Amino acid sequence: MSMLRRHWPWLLVLVILLAFPFLFYDWSKARHSGFVLTLMSEIGVMAIFALSYNMLMGQAGLLSFGHAVLFGMGAYCAAHVVNLVKSGTLWLPTELVPLAGGLGGLFFGYVFGWLVTKQRATAFAMITMGLGELVSAAALMFMGFFGGEGGINIDRVMDTSLLGVKYTSPWQVYCLVLVWAFIAAALMRLQTQTPLGSIANATRDNFERAQFVGYDPRMVRLMQFALSGFFAGIGGGLYVLIYEIVTFDTVSAGKSANALLAVYIGGAGGFFGPILGTIVVVLLQSGVSLLSNAWLLYVGVLFIVMVMYAPGGLIGLIFMHMPIWRAGRLRELLLPYARAFPPALLVMLGFVLMVELASFTTIGAAQGKKFSIGGNIIDTTAPLPWVVATAALVLGALWLRREAHGFRERWDELIEGARQQGAMS
Amino acid sequence: MEVFVVSLLNGLVYGMLLFMLASGLTLILSMMGVLNFAHASAYMLGAYFAYTISLYIGFWPALIVAPLLCGLIGAGIEMWGLRQVHRNGHIAELLFTFGLALIIEKVVQMTWGLLPVPYRVPELLDFPLFKVYGTQFPAYRAFMLAISGLMFGAIWLGLTRTRVGLVIQAALTHPDMASALGHNVPRIFTLVFAAGTALAGLAGVIGGNYQVTEPAMAFTMGPIVFVVVVFGGLGSLTGCFIASILMGLIQTFAVVFDVSLADLLARFGFTVTSSTPFAEILNVTLPRVGALLPFLMLVLILVFRPRGLMGTRDT
Amino acid sequence: MLQGKWLTAFSGIALAIACGGHAWAQATIKVAYTDPLSGPFAQVGDANLKQMQYIIDYINAKGGALGKKFELVPFDNKSQPSDALIALKSATDQNMPFIMQCSGSNIAAALIDATNKHNERNPDNRIIYLNCGAVATELTNEQCSFWHFRFDLHVGMKAEVMVRALPKEVTKVYLINQDYLFGQSVQREVKTYLAKLRPDVQVVGDELIPLGKVKDFSPYVTKIKAAGAQALLTGNWGPDMNLLIKAGVDAGADLRYYTFYAHLAGGPTAIGVGGDNRVMAVMAFGENVAPEIGNKEAEAFTQAFREKNKFDFSAAGFRTIFEYLQAAVNKAGSVDPTKIAFAMEDLTIKDFLGFDTRMRKDDHQMISEYFVGTFKKGVKYDAEGTGLGWATSATIQAKDVDQPNTCKMKRPGAV
Repeated sequence: MSMLRRHWPWLLVLVILLAFPFLFYDWSKARHSGFVLTLMSEIGVMAIFALSYNMLMGQAGLLSFGHAVLFGMGAYCAAHVVNLVKSGTLWLPTELVPLAGGLGGLFFGYVFGWLVTKQRATAFAMITMGLGELVSAAALMFMGFFGGEGGINIDRVMDTSLLGVKYTSPWQVYCLVLVWAFIAAALMRLQTQTPLGSIANATRDNFERAQFVGYDPRMVRLMQFALSGFFAGIGGGLYVLIYEIVTFDTVSAGKSANALLAVYIGGAGGFFGPILGTIVVVLLQSGVSLLSNAWLLYVGVLFIVMVMYAPGGLIGLIFMHMPIWRAGRLRELLLPYARAFPPALLVMLGFVLMVELASFTTIGAAQGKKFSIGGNIIDTTAPLPWVVATAALVLGALWLRREAHGFRERWDELIEGARQQGAMS
Repeated sequence: MEVFVVSLLNGLVYGMLLFMLASGLTLILSMMGVLNFAHASAYMLGAYFAYTISLYIGFWPALIVAPLLCGLIGAGIEMWGLRQVHRNGHIAELLFTFGLALIIEKVVQMTWGLLPVPYRVPELLDFPLFKVYGTQFPAYRAFMLAISGLMFGAIWLGLTRTRVGLVIQAALTHPDMASALGHNVPRIFTLVFAAGTALAGLAGVIGGNYQVTEPAMAFTMGPIVFVVVVFGGLGSLTGCFIASILMGLIQTFAVVFDVSLADLLARFGFTVTSSTPFAEILNVTLPRVGALLPFLMLVLILVFRPRGLMGTRDT
Repeated sequence: MLQGKWLTAFSGIALAIACGGHAWAQATIKVAYTDPLSGPFAQVGDANLKQMQYIIDYINAKGGALGKKFELVPFDNKSQPSDALIALKSATDQNMPFIMQCSGSNIAAALIDATNKHNERNPDNRIIYLNCGAVATELTNEQCSFWHFRFDLHVGMKAEVMVRALPKEVTKVYLINQDYLFGQSVQREVKTYLAKLRPDVQVVGDELIPLGKVKDFSPYVTKIKAAGAQALLTGNWGPDMNLLIKAGVDAGADLRYYTFYAHLAGGPTAIGVGGDNRVMAVMAFGENVAPEIGNKEAEAFTQAFREKNKFDFSAAGFRTIFEYLQAAVNKAGSVDPTKIAFAMEDLTIKDFLGFDTRMRKDDHQMISEYFVGTFKKGVKYDAEGTGLGWATSATIQAKDVDQPNTCKMKRPGAV
């Protein structure tokens, strides 16, 4: 019972995640929205992937440009295992397919890691880049293992479920993804508290000192790399179950870049950061891209803004409030936030409008779409929308500057007050 | 013999193009430790600027103006962007340039459209210079060789013979000491970044009509440039030069030799059939993987000699 | 600062999700369309979208089908199968009867598989996959499916068209292709048809290049010249094709280039005047065909697009797809995918250029006429403002490319 009391946030999150798809449930046809369930399963898989990347970047300070290789190799292994089960050569319950992917990821993590972890820092990053390029080119060329361009496809209805579930509907797959996501997250959380996890942090923070303490940093890197491969492979196995196909884009540089984006935007090093970052990135990619073809630009701008003003990620921003919250004076920030919010919104809308107008004029117009906001069609050749956008942008920026100044003063005041109260950690 | 000479010439031209692109990045990476993902974007911008300028004024003014524009943009990026980000660490700088690359690509798409633009070789240079065993060698390629040779010479002289150059050299290998001696290292950083970006722009002006000028240019040329820079070694321009030529020659000659590992094994009396394990890999011929050899070389050199060929510092 | 952006993004996303899940009344016949609309291959999807929208407007002006208009709903798949599958889910959520995709046989393979499984597991919410350009032969052979309809000739057929267009005086050819499933199947099929139709032709060289990685094709041109080839046959597309042709032209090689895709967006600009009378492409439609055969109505159709868009109408052949949809929906008398699928197979239609086409029943592959265009000066409609355009040098009839297939199609119970 005490365990329940200690871990109630996790259970609450589980319940919320299980209930969320029902918001989009189509009561008239008695079926779930396949789109929402697939998107949420995608978020689950990418969250595991991002957390495994966090093991490298956040915990061990290893920037890898080829992490998708481990994800994709795990996925290919899982796909081959499923096909072997279907043909009768092996037996494996459907629920344990991600484990097969994880073992594949662990194997390749060790093999590639042996080569890659010989160096650290920038050299490590460049080796992973080269490795990523080689593997993604190989994935196109070799048919036997990779199935060439068409990839390997499977049928997840294997009839070997431990619970007697058929996994024909996206809802069943989603539940499986949820369970595995929780297990993987819990395991990775525990790993940070093991000796290996602590030493990985040590080598990240002060490499030479860790050496003097007596641990071989190379072995630490290797083990951390292999373990992160294990978890990435679990993600790969789940990917295979969701989409029932694995192709060369799972080992491509683009996938690796996704992990990097997710972890950095959310906040590296911590635990909830990568998860938050994954949600933002997946929604940006799959949600905003439906609305605008300039979504890559938004990603770039978001990135730059984060890098310049919030290098700790979104989680970092939230945690900056901790001292003030502990001092109990958080509500005094409400007014400054409320005052800064309208100009920020104005700048945002002005920027988005400007970008959409420009993009529409050169690209979108010929696509036959009409530029409309809230049902009103807007003529992009008239000067009015442009003037409105520019005005919003410029005026909003000036106003925001003033508000930001006031906000900064208030913030410093509160931090100072919290420090005096001894609420700073 | 014919194949050898023609391949040698082609390899040289391609290698020099790589050098033009990589020289700027070597300076930037060696000095500031910034993995500049937006370097290839500067290359793309140089090509597009040259295209637009040559539409209105002509190719020859574009040769000067486009790199200047790129240099100005580079200076702006460094002063208002990178400098703030510098204190957040190398990963932050890298991600900053990554975000920048995304933005530049999208802006280029929005300004010039998604399709390639007809950026052509100027008519003055559009003739075959000489024939080598029946294959034409276009004058434009000779022009490329000339410009890149001049570039190398100019950078070399600038670094070794001018005062600013000496300070830059010092800051390349010992940035803290140079700063401690009283030199305005931030201003030097801006200068180097702007110069590096301008060099990439110049490479774009020259290379854009040799290749195809389209928004995906940066994305395709990006990785190979990093390979060249790291392979050549940090802090060494000569290393970069040698690495570029080497990569160009290797990729060119790899196409010519139709051998595979299976052929090699056959020499030792071991025949590879379709049922041999890893048969697919053993049967791959060299031309098929020619373009991947640089990456293989990158991995190998980083594992065994992280300094690169002639690096003065560890990567 | 940051919350504003987050809020905008979040509301945008919530809107997208809500749109994705909401079932709208079917006043229009929705056709989902997924292709890369952003990223390095954006020009493909973008070009197709523009042209399809024009065609749909034209078809709707002629009454659509069963009194309803067609509506195109684009989804960006960013060249990734997973995104295409998410698009499929979104389409089935909204009970759309069709999903169309043109670019990428890997995405097509994923879509065929996913459509089969979805239709089997959800018999009351089926969807038809219309393939407008993914041409790997396997998709209508080993991977054939009742729910998949292909409207472009596959690799084998295109290879046959290319071989048939080789002039008598060409006896030495060189093959270059991209090293992945599509390129390898081009290589295979071209060799097969050369052996069958032109045994006098000798293949003096046969190369595979890594996809999208080769920046300098001059060494290949050297090899080609050394082998004494007169013509280069290639299935390359994108930069791999543009750079190859440029390298050949620059080196002054006396070659003819037979390609699959030189006529698509970006090709003519990249090739330029140097390719005059040297570059050939196999195409479903050429803008100069209509004036050449004197078909005034078709010419007016394409000319109106060019005037409106300042853009070449290379994909006008997509009109045939929508004419098939129109005919099938009218024949089935409903918008139910199962009925439409049964109605569409074995349909014959005279396309707007006046040639006969047929949707084969056994593998759902459409056979139609195909043209070989030569890039040259002095044509009525030039390509991308270069001054040169595609003159039709050969026309192959549909019955000539009616190749056998190995499809073992599983049919659902007749409705």
